[in-house]
Amino acid sequence: MTELAQPGIHPAHAPHRDPLGWLYLLALIGGAGVALLRYGALMDGYDTAILLLQVPVLAAIGRHWAAFRPYLTAVATLSIASIGLYGGDLARAEQTFALKYLISSQTAIMWMSALYLIATGAYWLGLLTRSAFADRTGGALLWSGTAMGTTGLLVRWFESYLMGPRIGHIPISNLYEVMVLFCLITALLYLYYEHRYATRKMGAFVSLIISAAVAFLLWYAFTRGAAEIQPLIPALQSYWMKVHVPTNFIGYGAFSLAAMVGVGQLLVERGVLASRLPDPRVLEDVMYRAIAIGFAFFTIATILGALWAAEAWGTYWQWDPKETWALIVWLNYAAWLHMRLTKGLRGTMLAWWAVIGLLVTTFAFIGVNMFLTGLHSYGSI
Amino acid sequence: MQRGTLRDLFELLSSMRFAISLLTVLGIASIIGTVIQQGQPYNAYLNQFGPFWFPMLERTGLYNLYNTSWFVVILAFLVLSTSLCIIRQTTPMLREIRGYREHAREASLRQFAHQHGFRAGIAPADAQARVLTYMRDSGFSARSNARADGGVLIAAKQGSASRSGYFLAHGAIVLICVGGLLDGDLPLRVRMALGGKASTTAGQLIVEMPESSRMGEDNWSFRGNLFIPEGRSNRTAVLRLGDGILLQPLPFSVALTKFHIEHYDNGSPSRFASDIVITDDASGETLSHTLEVNRPLTHRGVTLYQSGFEDGGSMLRLTARSLSADAALATTQVEGAVGDSLAIEAGKHPYKLELTDFRAFNVEDFGSPTQEAETSAGLAQLQRQLGSGAISASSRDLRNLGPSFGYKLRDAAGQAREFHNYMMPVEQRGAWFIISGMREEAGTDFRYIRFPLDDDGRIDTWFDIHKIFMDPRRHAQIAARFAQRSLPGADSATRERFVATALHTASLFAERGYEGVGRFIESTIPAAEQERAMDVFSKVLQGMVWEAWLLAREQAGLAEPVMDDKHALFLGNTLAALSDSRFYGAPLYFQLTDYTLRQATVLQVTRSPGKPLVYLGSLLMVLGIFAMLYIRERRLFVLVKPDGDTLVALSTNRRTMDVDDIFRHHAESLRARLAPASTDPLPEHTP
Repeated sequence: MTELAQPGIHPAHAPHRDPLGWLYLLALIGGAGVALLRYGALMDGYDTAILLLQVPVLAAIGRHWAAFRPYLTAVATLSIASIGLYGGDLARAEQTFALKYLISSQTAIMWMSALYLIATGAYWLGLLTRSAFADRTGGALLWSGTAMGTTGLLVRWFESYLMGPRIGHIPISNLYEVMVLFCLITALLYLYYEHRYATRKMGAFVSLIISAAVAFLLWYAFTRGAAEIQPLIPALQSYWMKVHVPTNFIGYGAFSLAAMVGVGQLLVERGVLASRLPDPRVLEDVMYRAIAIGFAFFTIATILGALWAAEAWGTYWQWDPKETWALIVWLNYAAWLHMRLTKGLRGTMLAWWAVIGLLVTTFAFIGVNMFLTGLHSYGSI
Repeated sequence: MQRGTLRDLFELLSSMRFAISLLTVLGIASIIGTVIQQGQPYNAYLNQFGPFWFPMLERTGLYNLYNTSWFVVILAFLVLSTSLCIIRQTTPMLREIRGYREHAREASLRQFAHQHGFRAGIAPADAQARVLTYMRDSGFSARSNARADGGVLIAAKQGSASRSGYFLAHGAIVLICVGGLLDGDLPLRVRMALGGKASTTAGQLIVEMPESSRMGEDNWSFRGNLFIPEGRSNRTAVLRLGDGILLQPLPFSVALTKFHIEHYDNGSPSRFASDIVITDDASGETLSHTLEVNRPLTHRGVTLYQSGFEDGGSMLRLTARSLSADAALATTQVEGAVGDSLAIEAGKHPYKLELTDFRAFNVEDFGSPTQEAETSAGLAQLQRQLGSGAISASSRDLRNLGPSFGYKLRDAAGQAREFHNYMMPVEQRGAWFIISGMREEAGTDFRYIRFPLDDDGRIDTWFDIHKIFMDPRRHAQIAARFAQRSLPGADSATRERFVATALHTASLFAERGYEGVGRFIESTIPAAEQERAMDVFSKVLQGMVWEAWLLAREQAGLAEPVMDDKHALFLGNTLAALSDSRFYGAPLYFQLTDYTLRQATVLQVTRSPGKPLVYLGSLLMVLGIFAMLYIRERRLFVLVKPDGDTLVALSTNRRTMDVDDIFRHHAESLRARLAPASTDPLPEHTP
């Protein structure tokens, strides 16, 4: 069981013995500095605060999780390259080869989709044939897909401004865009646990939910033309959107991850794939951590949503179907945590609960928009 | 005895079981509330559920579920239960937070999941000093207790703040619920009960509403709408309560100077804004402000939000054209403002024309994205998805249909039909039309009639043809001319048969349009010949309508039209509209010819005293959750007995996997300090 390395006290790289770490930190500070010097005049107080806050946050993530650094570097390089290739002319997306087939937003998102699907295959191959190489490939593909997807969203953000300064907005304003965000966040959370618990064996299950999201994304883009950038209706023109939506998706992503790990745990308990999946104690631990982080962020997201609603709709809570379902999701995971933490419940019951929780979460995320009418109608299919 | 019952009650109310039961009921009720759309007009529910279920659901309060008494009572019980739970937990929790448990017995330490024993190589007093130093360096606060047997127990703890998370998060629930109750309907209902107020029905003039439906200016919790047309002002908000309304006077009046709507190129709205002037009652001071979506304004404790817009009484100029079959009515001009109710004479029958709505823009999507997707193959489809997100992969076809207005035409018996007419012509399948929608019942879809435009781009020709063709008294004349033209050399018997057929067809059509003709064919002609018969009938109809057109031209002293493709198309469309006109259900069609736009803004006005409580609660909730989940409470015990036997034990409130490592780390470090020579292996896993 050497592969089941113990999680916990990973001594962080001591910065003075880690030249790459220093380089990473310098690049972050430099990047923020350049942005501030060149565009500072165009930014308001919030923008500046967020830009400056990014430096310590990204530095901290990079310090504790070295694999994050090449990812961020790749995203920055590809995005800047793409923006450079555009040269301020949207039509270049059709003329320049690198844009059309590599790093324009839609192409990058298609690459992300393809890489995620192949990663899923690799993880399953690794699981079934016990091939560490296939597992490593799965991990590398998942990282690459995440880098492409992040680049896609960032470039999409830029492209929306090329369409017109009035149209430009952060790409988290409709179901297509948040679906990409969901894939990215779920993948990043999973990759973090892969590093933290030093096992790639959960990848097969977690990549399934990402693939499901990719399948939806592709269907949505191909049959509904959903990929087109739409300008923001007045209700969405708010700073709150930039914080409310991503926070919410950390919640959704973490809950989905927990549910997929729960599926793994249920199988192991029945002896299916038991020798190929991690120890149930690891699965249980990951599930708890994912639900804890998801719950914390989902709480913040719901509160941010309430603050926004107070500004946009005149009241912080009005039992809109989306709000109500968010409350139900929240209560569900609050009960889950109570059961584990104060009643000491463990095992099968909690795993089933996490799996069923995914159904509730999915309904709150997509079902409400499909079946119920309410104020969140801009997310409708 | 009674004391025991009270205690039982207290135990029940403060138990987690009770709270979870309440939350479950609340959750299920909330789900029902998302399925049944809340706060709709009661008529809509009556239509949806029918007369049997409607009153039952009304009694259970499902139309305003989140404000019904039983829902509020459950919420109140939740507040009570959570408060009692906090009270019950306070003493033991505080003891937990403060205490070190330095009097723990060895036997109870031996029960711990994480423990390790070894023999110390130094004296207990020395050991105590080293352990205390280690504890302090590792972030523990420690207390030592000299035991009666000469040994010493060092009890240390860290992360006790985790327990404060419990108070923060559960206190937050109480705060949020209390705040929410203050901002709901409850204070309004209490105020109404105390002040003898009652809600009244909507649809009356504000000045006519009874005094009992007016709330005082001192009302400190309300949420209502303020409707202001351009150039006017308003100081009375309307509060909705169930199916009724209440009036809420404000301490200031709000005048609307101008309402702005801006659009993006694709037709979707980009900005709604109201230029308002607020005039204070008390001081007479004025304040000019532009109110936008997402940017509320708080004035004298009342917060104003841009919430919607409506027509504020646009002036409409209409041409009333006759669609009556029996008596052709003269074409007249009508003028009125949206919101007006005008008396109209149609022949002998009086009608009321109620102008309900006007829209200057109507942007609609004429594209069909799925169709195009099906026509191209896989790779070509992918190709289209590549590139920037700006380039449209869909075949969205957004068009502005121009102004439209809505009205109801009510007959003497009070029956009304609803209409929705467009001002500008629309192109469909190569021809241009003016469109009018009709429905008999609110909530159903409009059915549209398309009046074809003539060579001059007007609908006059159609109405001229309609006037002649739909008048039964003229059928004989048209049929005779039609026979003359079609069978110039035929004998009189053939011609008579022809005329009889034409007359019969025309009367069938005049009664129920194509449907009448179709029914006749189905009931009298064998199935095998129906298709051919339909062909004959439609040729006859076309001939008759053509003849009616020629007659109309003659009467107007105009030249005969040439029969070409364009006119053939016009003829077909004319027939379709003539057929549809049988089901229009109104003797008049009102064509919008000109308008003067006047918009109105709808502002939401609120006083929400619970907001600060809810916000404070939210902050505490986040702090509490992070404290509970991410501050780890750990207690580390080191028992050194006089003979050097040493026991290290760890307890924690969160059993995650890393606890094993952390325990091993501490146990190893302590052993290294107390028994440098010891080589016993440490346990890999603890049970």
